[in-house]
Amino acid sequence: MPTLIELKDGVCRGVDDPFTHVADDQDMPAGDVIVSLARFQAEGEGLLAEGRRVGVRLQSHEEAEVLAYDLPRLSVVALEFPKYRDGRAYTNGYVLSGRLKFKGQVRAVGDVLREQAGFMARVGFDAFEPADDASANEWQAAIRRYRHVYQRSADGRAPAFAERES
Amino acid sequence: MYQYDVIDKEMLADRSAEFRGQVARRLSGELTEDQFKPLRLMNGLYLQLHAYMLRVAIPYGSLNPTQLRKLAWIGRTYDKGYGHFTTRTNLQFHWIKLADTPDILDHLAQVDMHAIQTSGNCIRNTTTDPYAGATAEEVDDPRVWAEAIRQWSTFHPEFSFLPRKFKIAITAAPKDRTAAKVHDIGLVLKRARDGSLGFEVIVGGGMGRTPYVGPTIKEFLPVNRLLSYLEAILRVYNRHGRRDNIYKARIKILVAALGKDEFARQVEAEWAKIGEAADLPDTELARIRGAFAAANFEVLPAQSEAFEAAKASNPAFARFVRNNLKPHKKAGYGIVEISLKGIGDTPGDATSEQMDVVADLAERYGQNDIRVTHEQNLVLPHVKLDDVPAVWAALSEAGIATPNINLVSDIIACPGLDYCALANARAIPVAQNIAAKFKDQDRAEKIGELKIKISGCINACGHHHVGHIGILGVDKKGEEFYQLTLGGSGAEDAAVGSMLGPALPYDKVADAVDTLVEVYLRERHDGERFLDTFRRTGVTPFKEAVYADAH
Repeated sequence: MPTLIELKDGVCRGVDDPFTHVADDQDMPAGDVIVSLARFQAEGEGLLAEGRRVGVRLQSHEEAEVLAYDLPRLSVVALEFPKYRDGRAYTNGYVLSGRLKFKGQVRAVGDVLREQAGFMARVGFDAFEPADDASANEWQAAIRRYRHVYQRSADGRAPAFAERES
Repeated sequence: MYQYDVIDKEMLADRSAEFRGQVARRLSGELTEDQFKPLRLMNGLYLQLHAYMLRVAIPYGSLNPTQLRKLAWIGRTYDKGYGHFTTRTNLQFHWIKLADTPDILDHLAQVDMHAIQTSGNCIRNTTTDPYAGATAEEVDDPRVWAEAIRQWSTFHPEFSFLPRKFKIAITAAPKDRTAAKVHDIGLVLKRARDGSLGFEVIVGGGMGRTPYVGPTIKEFLPVNRLLSYLEAILRVYNRHGRRDNIYKARIKILVAALGKDEFARQVEAEWAKIGEAADLPDTELARIRGAFAAANFEVLPAQSEAFEAAKASNPAFARFVRNNLKPHKKAGYGIVEISLKGIGDTPGDATSEQMDVVADLAERYGQNDIRVTHEQNLVLPHVKLDDVPAVWAALSEAGIATPNINLVSDIIACPGLDYCALANARAIPVAQNIAAKFKDQDRAEKIGELKIKISGCINACGHHHVGHIGILGVDKKGEEFYQLTLGGSGAEDAAVGSMLGPALPYDKVADAVDTLVEVYLRERHDGERFLDTFRRTGVTPFKEAVYADAH
């Protein structure tokens, strides 16, 4: 069982992942699944009609806006970090949570390390599949590292200028 | 000057604690060098040829005496007694031990300093006019916006893993001392006819392998909309900038590929979605603006008797005044430039003792204000003319009164092969050879403004593309050669220099520069700078003279 860390109300917990990542050339297993955008566009209607929960995995060059109309039907959007330093998924995360107001889970997958945790949480990620065996406690510490933030983002934290006024 | 409040200070403390933990994990072997590399780079710590190099941020090149003394102390305690000021107006220590870095960051944090975002593919230190708040040329104080950008860009959650590094410069004066047009974003503060303030927004300038003078994508952006507009530019870049080739990853490549109109259209479309919610509230802008309120200037006569007397009686002082003292907006004050380009010295280096002297002078005569210029010099922006003789005497004593600002020996040079793992060739000794060639100060003054810029490789840290004379080190079968370019400029008349001809060996470079200068002196019309003459005559007379020997 791959480790999944969920962030809820500021607390990180390690959980069993009910979803199965399904590759494009793989037979569809039973249960809740996360599929590629292409597969979702081809088979999504059928999967949803079967009553299971469905997530879509976006590669870093795919833009979250393509899912705008499907978001209410999706349980998870998994955003891929092909490399630690590929920052496109941060924009996708921000667009999903901050602009499109997606209520489901925004999950970080790929080259995902706790050093990115603070940034990911800020742009709206609330689930993480760490590439190493980092624990939920370590993620928690990383997310709480900074007592303040300077700018608005999808997490709704009050930036420094708002703190100063209060 | 802007004072850090408890929030700013706690940000630095949290960063320092985080880095201490990361270094401990590295030293214990829990992290490999490969895993540690991106972490140390986020804290300005590079592994260079001989040792670790720590790049300390100096936001918009502004320092107070306490901070400069701390830098001097760090240089003395953890390095070899000096530091190197960079073209990003930061300071580098070249001989640092990894185990010392957490302590150094703590010491820096004590004086509100840090190494945040001095490396990595993030928004780097925003630079601005070193004469800000002192020159009569500016329409308003650009530091207000540099500070707003500092906060907005610090640990930006969305824009810390961009395709490549990202540099912003702000000028508020028509005479551009920031090289705004060769930045990822250059902002030129302007006043509209109705009196309102706005920015001309220039995007996609740059140097490196593919130099560009950036195009203007917005003629007038109301100042209070700055942060939302920057967010729009950065979002378009973060999504669409190339990530497959680091040499094509800067925003200039994206802007050139799309064309400026299409790029501007995409930014406008994104900006419309962002709206005003992403801008700073007026109250915060007012708070920052208040921190840059005018210094306490005395009402003084425009002429200072002590100053005039010293000028009349001391030719060396008079020469310093001619070259290093610039007009101030207040009568009876001047802007003093401190050259870190002593003949035979390493451009941009200052010893700890020299830093202490400058800190003392700023405290005693300069309203506690020190600036770093992108041309790697220091500035005391507010000195009474009455006090300039004393300042000059103290600078002379410390060996930093070289009267060569904007002259041929005021050279920008990258660290080159003496320090840098990327370099093909040395840059510092080339600068030293040229400076030695022009050590006759009468001749240097006769030549007038001439900007020589030297890079040890195509990454162009020495800004050679925008040198009036640019010098690029290349490797030819293991030997150092140098390609000369002429006619570049990073100022308001920005241009990329054009190639003179085949590269020259190391020992011919200073002679070639001497020849170029002789051609200029022969060809120039009254009042023309080297750059003006070159632009009028074209390359031919210069080329003929330099390569005459070869035929």
